[in-house]
Amino acid sequence: MRWFWIDRFTEFVSGSHARGYKNVTLAEEALDEYCPGYPMLPPTLIIEGMAQMGGILVSEHFQFDKHVVLAKVGKAKFHQPARNGDQLSLAVDLDAVQDTGATVTCLSHSGDQLQAEIDLMFAFLEDGRFTEGPLFNPGMLRDMLRMMNFFHVAVDPDGNPVKEYTNI
Amino acid sequence: MGLSQDEIFEKVQEALVDALGVDDDEVNREATLVGDLGAESIDFLDIVFKLEKSFDINIERTELAPEDILTNGEYVKDGAVTAEGMAELKRRMPWANMSEFEQNPRVQDFGNLLTVGDLCSYVGSKVGSDA
Repeated sequence: MRWFWIDRFTEFVSGSHARGYKNVTLAEEALDEYCPGYPMLPPTLIIEGMAQMGGILVSEHFQFDKHVVLAKVGKAKFHQPARNGDQLSLAVDLDAVQDTGATVTCLSHSGDQLQAEIDLMFAFLEDGRFTEGPLFNPGMLRDMLRMMNFFHVAVDPDGNPVKEYTNI
Repeated sequence: MGLSQDEIFEKVQEALVDALGVDDDEVNREATLVGDLGAESIDFLDIVFKLEKSFDINIERTELAPEDILTNGEYVKDGAVTAEGMAELKRRMPWANMSEFEQNPRVQDFGNLLTVGDLCSYVGSKVGSDA
């Protein structure tokens, strides 16, 4: 199973926000066991999807030079289950940035219904203290972003396409 | 115009309740952030974000966590802060009550030094307080 909990980026403005989709399908084993007989995407995996989108937003803000990890889930409210057939519209906004971490606010909608509200905090691992070298194998993150249409939509604050990063 | 002491306390209390998941009545001025309220290192980053937003201030990392002093051989000897180190800590953190720590200034105890009252004093020093 691939650990991708976003399917596609639809909008990405460096240092500002990201938008995208997560399609929920019965083909995903994750739907089977959370609530047997009532397939739904476990809320923790919706948080994971937001963390992936938010983590990319924060990482790109620092040109993918920092080791960004999810440090804290500040808030997570789920208003309705994410069921098979739902398309979740994910919206992540960069809230605050420090040299040691960042916070994002996230919304998930299914159609016009608010599905979840999530606040996340990311921290940056100090090189050599918790980790050595990059978190991803060479090219792995770039391939993942390509599959998610990241480079189709990602622009800098002036509206110009973001560069093809060679360090990911 | 600065904020009143009570206004600062209320906003600090709100930030700590939010960041640490504690009850309002646990957050009194004497409570220590680590020992009484259970703050872990990652929570301090969260608290910094919340205070910055709530008070519209910038908080430098070394202002609340003077790791550079506590890991400096010039200021620490045999696991304890030297007199020079204490002077530097007081200069850096004039808003913190160090009277108890000063009696036995072991570096390992520094993490449990800060109280809610200290945090209020710190914020007051940044925003101006009508003391």
